[in-house]
Amino acid sequence: MAVAFLELDDVRKTYGPATVVQGFDLSVGRGEFVSFLGPSGCGKTTVLRMIAGFEEPTGGAIRIDGKDVTDLRPNQRNIGMVFQAYALFPNLTVAQNIGFGLKVAGMPKADANARVAAMLELIKLPQFSDRYPYQLSGGQQQRVALARALAPKPKLLLLDEPLSALDAKVRVSLREEIRSIQKELGITTVFVTHDQEEALSMSDRIVVMSEGRMEQVGTPFEVYNFPRTRFVASFVGTLNILRGKVGDPAKGTITVDGQEIVSARGVADAQPGEIRSVALRPEAVILTDPGGTRNRMQGTIEEVSFLGSVVRVRVRFKDNVISLDTFNSASVAPPERGKPVTVTFAHEDLLVLEGAA
Amino acid sequence: MKRGRIGSWVALLFGAGYFIIPLIATFEFSLRVRRGEYSLDAYRNVFTDLRFQETFTYSTAVALATIVVGVLLVVPTAYWIRLRLPRLRPVVEFITLMTLVIPAIIIVFGYIRLYNSSSWLPFTASARATDVLLIFGYVTLALPYMYRAVDTGLRAIDIRTLTEAAQSLGAGWITIMVCVILPNVRVAVLSGAFLTFAIVIGEFTLAALLNRPAFGPYLQNVGANKIYEPSALAIIAFLVTWGCIVVMQLLGRARRGAASDTR
Repeated sequence: MAVAFLELDDVRKTYGPATVVQGFDLSVGRGEFVSFLGPSGCGKTTVLRMIAGFEEPTGGAIRIDGKDVTDLRPNQRNIGMVFQAYALFPNLTVAQNIGFGLKVAGMPKADANARVAAMLELIKLPQFSDRYPYQLSGGQQQRVALARALAPKPKLLLLDEPLSALDAKVRVSLREEIRSIQKELGITTVFVTHDQEEALSMSDRIVVMSEGRMEQVGTPFEVYNFPRTRFVASFVGTLNILRGKVGDPAKGTITVDGQEIVSARGVADAQPGEIRSVALRPEAVILTDPGGTRNRMQGTIEEVSFLGSVVRVRVRFKDNVISLDTFNSASVAPPERGKPVTVTFAHEDLLVLEGAA
Repeated sequence: MKRGRIGSWVALLFGAGYFIIPLIATFEFSLRVRRGEYSLDAYRNVFTDLRFQETFTYSTAVALATIVVGVLLVVPTAYWIRLRLPRLRPVVEFITLMTLVIPAIIIVFGYIRLYNSSSWLPFTASARATDVLLIFGYVTLALPYMYRAVDTGLRAIDIRTLTEAAQSLGAGWITIMVCVILPNVRVAVLSGAFLTFAIVIGEFTLAALLNRPAFGPYLQNVGANKIYEPSALAIIAFLVTWGCIVVMQLLGRARRGAASDTR
């Protein structure tokens, strides 16, 4: 296992009686890209700000490259930070903004100018060096902000929802650019976002947070396909939730609307007859039966939505409904509303959510 | 609708007349030094008066010093209040507004009580020390205007995020203040500075009772002893004050123009 570059050791934060971050333990390897993902108010930005030094932890320790920085001021931590609101200095040009950290560090002017030029090339804005922030678009401003954060070669890069203020198209292109630059430089990065698509597409690992707690830490693949808690399952990706009665906990059998289905992961912590929620990703469900050992459920097509490349189908059983997506094909007509249908899904795809339904 | 518009114009003309007619009359009177013809002799007499030059120079120097002290006091204070102590804003605003209620004569009597030549801090016994007292007195008088102007300027920028951005880049407080905050409230500071200048240049009470060779007491002295020159001085004083206000307006327009360019 790689040596941890950033360590958060039982980090906590309280404001009076309110605990906003509880017992946060995390190790981030050198060069790793980790995202903090969660809804507003879950504490992800608070943790980021504690790493940066803008908030003082109520308890615990933070170490960067083996050094305890918990009590160090922000300007002593050698971090680079990119903010949601860009935070470019309005009175300075693009080049001066990027060179600000270099000037503070006392770098010789010639070296600083060379570094600024290199950063402008990195963000592909060499012709904008003399412009002021108000003369740039949002995407350009954020790229300048990124270059400014990276210019002094910080040990750690922190990004606090840097794409939230941008429109969708710019967001997609900029996140690819950020990831590409991060990989090229090999800088350890912590990225805060509430957008699961950003987290899933950019990260080496994701920390899913809720109400100040870490719900799960894992690769995007793990978090999406093997969510450990109900919250992670419902927050990351779209989820169909079915309520059923547990049959044999060891075998993982559950009866949903009178139809028995099996979860390969078992329902070890449940009692026979207990009502539990099970979850299915829409992409796990198909309208055809390829045979073999799969779960099969008979239902009725309730709604069909043609979305272009995707056709979204809603199937009703008795009390439960699931959505599934199929790819559009010109040679295959979309299913008809009201028609009976058999849907199938693998035993492994059925997630049993913890806790009583 | 038409009646309302006529009414507005009548009110405007009446109000303008209320201010402009006495000024025109004053100006006209100041041109009457030579019998039977208008001339600028009163203005010539004023500008060639050594005491005018000395007192105007002195008041200008004191005004500049007041501005420097005021900026050094107000900008960091307003910044810190906005950044770290927002709950204290109403208290600080109240304190700065108190000088509007407490007349300058109270300040002077307080000075004389505390700093007279018999006290343990005999500042009034020395001309230079008295100048310092005068400057701090003016800082107090200009405080409501300077604080308001700077606070308004700080409100227009996200000082918290800019501060954190600068800190993340390794900057300390002095660098943040000098390189980030001050340049971005420059227009607001200049507005406060011109307002301070306008207040100081014609101030009488503090300067007279501290016996300093300032422009305000000179104006009063000329008014008591000359005929046409006081009118000329009144017009000059108005022009200086209006000049400061025009510059403030232009600066304010420049600030709004820059802000509207921000995407």
